[in-house]
Amino acid sequence: MIWSTLKLWFHKLGSPPIFSVFARRVAPWLWAAFFACTLYGVYLALYVAPPDYQQSDSARILYIHVPAAWQAMLAYVIMAVLAAIALIWRIRTAEIMAMAAAPIGAALTLICLVTGSLWGKPMWGTWWEWDARLTSMLVLLFIYVGIMALYAAYDDPRKGARVASVLVIAGLVNLPIIHFSVEWWTTLHQGQTIRIFGESKMDPSMIPPLIWTTLGTKFLFGAALLDRARNLLLAQDQHKAWVRRELAPALDDRKQPA
Amino acid sequence: MSGWTEARALLARDLQLAFRRLGQTLLPLFFLFAVVVLIPLGVGPGPDLLARLSGGMLWVAALLASLLALEHLFRPDLDDGSLEQWFVGRREGYLAVYVRLLAYWLVTGLPIVLFSPLAAMMLNLPTQALGTLVLSLLIGTPALTLVGGLAAALTLTTRGAGALLAILVFPLVVPLMIFAAGAVGLAADGFSPAAHLGLLAAFTILCLTLAPIGIRAALKTNLE
Repeated sequence: MIWSTLKLWFHKLGSPPIFSVFARRVAPWLWAAFFACTLYGVYLALYVAPPDYQQSDSARILYIHVPAAWQAMLAYVIMAVLAAIALIWRIRTAEIMAMAAAPIGAALTLICLVTGSLWGKPMWGTWWEWDARLTSMLVLLFIYVGIMALYAAYDDPRKGARVASVLVIAGLVNLPIIHFSVEWWTTLHQGQTIRIFGESKMDPSMIPPLIWTTLGTKFLFGAALLDRARNLLLAQDQHKAWVRRELAPALDDRKQPA
Repeated sequence: MSGWTEARALLARDLQLAFRRLGQTLLPLFFLFAVVVLIPLGVGPGPDLLARLSGGMLWVAALLASLLALEHLFRPDLDDGSLEQWFVGRREGYLAVYVRLLAYWLVTGLPIVLFSPLAAMMLNLPTQALGTLVLSLLIGTPALTLVGGLAAALTLTTRGAGALLAILVFPLVVPLMIFAAGAVGLAADGFSPAAHLGLLAAFTILCLTLAPIGIRAALKTNLE
């Protein structure tokens, strides 16, 4: 009973008008959850968590850096699942959501790279090091950019989304290979690279802010994904009746004299 | 027509077309040598420096050369309508895709493999690494063709595919670059490159089995 209700609800979400209403109602709550979690996490990170014994306050950037890196990778997996759904069942909402996920993932990857670089300058003495993790994140960024560029290169957005979905899957197959090959490459050529301290070796007092900011990035991704996907749908269907109905309250407001 | 005769006919046609336009067909090879000439001009002609760089540089040059003709891999067949024939009736299209990639590798990849010793001499690659370089190119250039073919199929009906092709191919061939250049570097230093060459072959086999699935999906989506 619950299962069939869930299934029906899921199938209904494939319809653009129903998805649009769902996204419009849910996204603000996700944004609110994002702000709450992130603000609380940043407060804990800046005022409650102790400074690192070696790096002092510079280590605090990890509370942004690590969640961004995690979510950048999770975003790719979510995008790949959506792309697979789009290719197999040809659900338009899934195509749109996969394409909406790419810029968000790219932005998170960029945040990870920039914060890492800012931290690397005082700690490693260089903005950029050809370390395995840095290199594989950079390659991930290029794959995201390739997906966005390919989608944008097609005049027909549906065709662009399906072709780009094929690339998303190809990237998913290749990403683990890239990760391990790059890891091997640096260990072969440079011996031991400077290690970012492992998560398990972290002091317990540093864990809570990390959990809150990590939760924050999950809500951020969900909120941004729903908003982007809804905007893409509205833009592509702008001449259809459901968009006029959906946007009717906003249009009515604009007509009223100030 | 059985699959075998069909494949032979397709291959003969592709090769004949390539030989009729020999100048255009050999452009990637000339491009490789243009890069080989530019490297000493850029980094200086010191033999020791060139010996350190040559293995990786030759692989970068081979990658760039393989991108050059990709735009014409499927485009002429799209323009004259023969691409649609690949998928007509009960044909899956895989046969035509494999034959086209084989023909493309024979006219763009194989010349690079054959002429790579000459380029290696010009860049002062240590003699003991020469065999490894040729072997790595022989194993690795098919993977370049396969990944390049995927990128060409993905960008089939876009406007101005050139730069987009490079952006799509480069991240996907990162492992190839690492294993191949690593093998050449190890051989130059007097170590056994067997492990790297084995991984290179594994990557090529993975591309050989999976890339045509993606190529076919991308071509069919583009034809809709």
